[in-house]
Amino acid sequence: MSAPERLRALLAYHWVLFKRTIGGALVSRFLLPVLFLASMGLGVGNLVDSASGGVNGVPYLLYIVPGLVMVTAMNVAVGESTWPVMGFVKWNEFYRAMINAPQRVIDVLLAHWLMIAFNVLTSAGAFMVVAALFGGVRSWWSLAALPIAVLTGMAFSTPLFVVAAKATNDSIYSALFRLVVTPLMLFSGAFFPIDQLPIWMQPISWVTPLWHGIELGRAAFVGGPVPDLWLVHLGVLLAYVIGGAWVSARAIEDRLVT
Amino acid sequence: MCRRRSPALTLPTVTDDLLLTARDLTKKFGDFTAVDSIDVEVRKGEAFGFLGPNGAGKSSTMRMIASVSPVTSGELRIFGLDPAVDGQQIRARIGNCPQKDLLDEELSVEENLWVYGRFFGLSRAEVRQRASELLEFAQLSERHADKVEHLSGGMKRRLVIARSLINNPELLLLDEPTTGLDPQARHVLWDRLFRLKRQGVTLIITTHYMDEAEQLCDRLVVMDKGRIAAEGSPRDLIDRYSTREVVEVRFDTDEHAPHAAPLEGIGERMEVLPDRILLYADNGDAATAAIAQRGIHPLSTLVRRSTLEDVFLHLTGRTLVD
Repeated sequence: MSAPERLRALLAYHWVLFKRTIGGALVSRFLLPVLFLASMGLGVGNLVDSASGGVNGVPYLLYIVPGLVMVTAMNVAVGESTWPVMGFVKWNEFYRAMINAPQRVIDVLLAHWLMIAFNVLTSAGAFMVVAALFGGVRSWWSLAALPIAVLTGMAFSTPLFVVAAKATNDSIYSALFRLVVTPLMLFSGAFFPIDQLPIWMQPISWVTPLWHGIELGRAAFVGGPVPDLWLVHLGVLLAYVIGGAWVSARAIEDRLVT
Repeated sequence: MCRRRSPALTLPTVTDDLLLTARDLTKKFGDFTAVDSIDVEVRKGEAFGFLGPNGAGKSSTMRMIASVSPVTSGELRIFGLDPAVDGQQIRARIGNCPQKDLLDEELSVEENLWVYGRFFGLSRAEVRQRASELLEFAQLSERHADKVEHLSGGMKRRLVIARSLINNPELLLLDEPTTGLDPQARHVLWDRLFRLKRQGVTLIITTHYMDEAEQLCDRLVVMDKGRIAAEGSPRDLIDRYSTREVVEVRFDTDEHAPHAAPLEGIGERMEVLPDRILLYADNGDAATAAIAQRGIHPLSTLVRRSTLEDVFLHLTGRTLVD
């Protein structure tokens, strides 16, 4: 079997899972961002816009939609890269079923990451459709935010796979959501520019993926101008994706091939 | 690549019907030696067994043969191929029924077969065709659309065996195929395995049930603490390491050791277990008569034929199932 044939075979399995779970997943994936869109975008937005004419002249709803697209990407990617991966590694150990067949660990991981990227893409895209109904999308340029959303999601996804290989149980995931995912959502520039944060908090945004994704996404949404630091933003995201993939692939290989 | 293949040339003449050869095969996990320099040969069409208690190194051996666990040292060839080099090619020709089911319980019975068949590169049409034949074979056709989580343990095990056959394997690996199943479910499974054997599939089975080994295996090795203690057909091993019959003697007591001395000399050999004394004799009835002649009155005496359990006990001083 060639590598593309192996990937296709594994994706056929993930597709079965996708069809089975997408109904329930859509609801939970949309609920939070749509609530934010309604409460912050419309509620807080009215206050912000009437008091100061938006954020840097951009109406508040338009300001937060790109941020929420990236937050959705992060949430979906983290959700898909935590408990389900631990299931494949520790619980039903279905990754082992794959490598008992003529699949390699790297095939197994690539297929899973491709499927997660697809999940991120469809969720971010669907959220943008909802946001458009709220009047939060004004330009076809906004579509350029979709590949950035995939990159942002994967910057969380690939490093997280290492946890399934190393953790003794899944309690670490709850901590991850409380201590990493939620604070990042609030402090990565989705709802207000990070220069409003105390100076000592700003480095948190600099070294984590979400803020970089939001900066790029926000520029994409309006068709420019390209942010000064676009290369840095892109570099950080790619470093997380590639570095994470490398570390996780080694850890999962060590775990499965003993 | 060429250099790594060259050890194959040093093996004894590999005849066409030799499907697996292992020489000095060793598996270590850190300081622990799970498999300690074993030599094994399996021929085409044979049902070969690894018999031993839990922790004997059977599963570690199986995982190396399945080409999912690297060999620490020694040589292993399956279909004449080296798993370190051609693992994927070997896995494509093997059916693997691991100790743990590794099913996706959220999916239906047939979906599990379909997705697994795809992992081997079979087309959608091929896996559907093959799956319905295998469900028939595994007597699961009526449950084809049910979620796996609703199946009984025996049904899941049959599904795993069906799944391991999806690629028409030349060699089927069965790691503890019936552990945890009730007697009826075990007999159904054994029947299916007999059918496979008759179709010419080579079977390698690990088990800690001596009756399973006796029923299914043409030839087996007795494994203990990572080493091979003996090798042969079940009949050979019993002839070589045991007597024709065994008398199981029980006394009305918590401690059987003190009752051993008076029985000394009856039969060829004696084993004292916590709950009974075993007297090895070619004629069990004569041995029973000898006990009575000495004026000894046990709670019960039972004459039975020797089994592989007795072989294992003789070779290792321990029982197979603790």
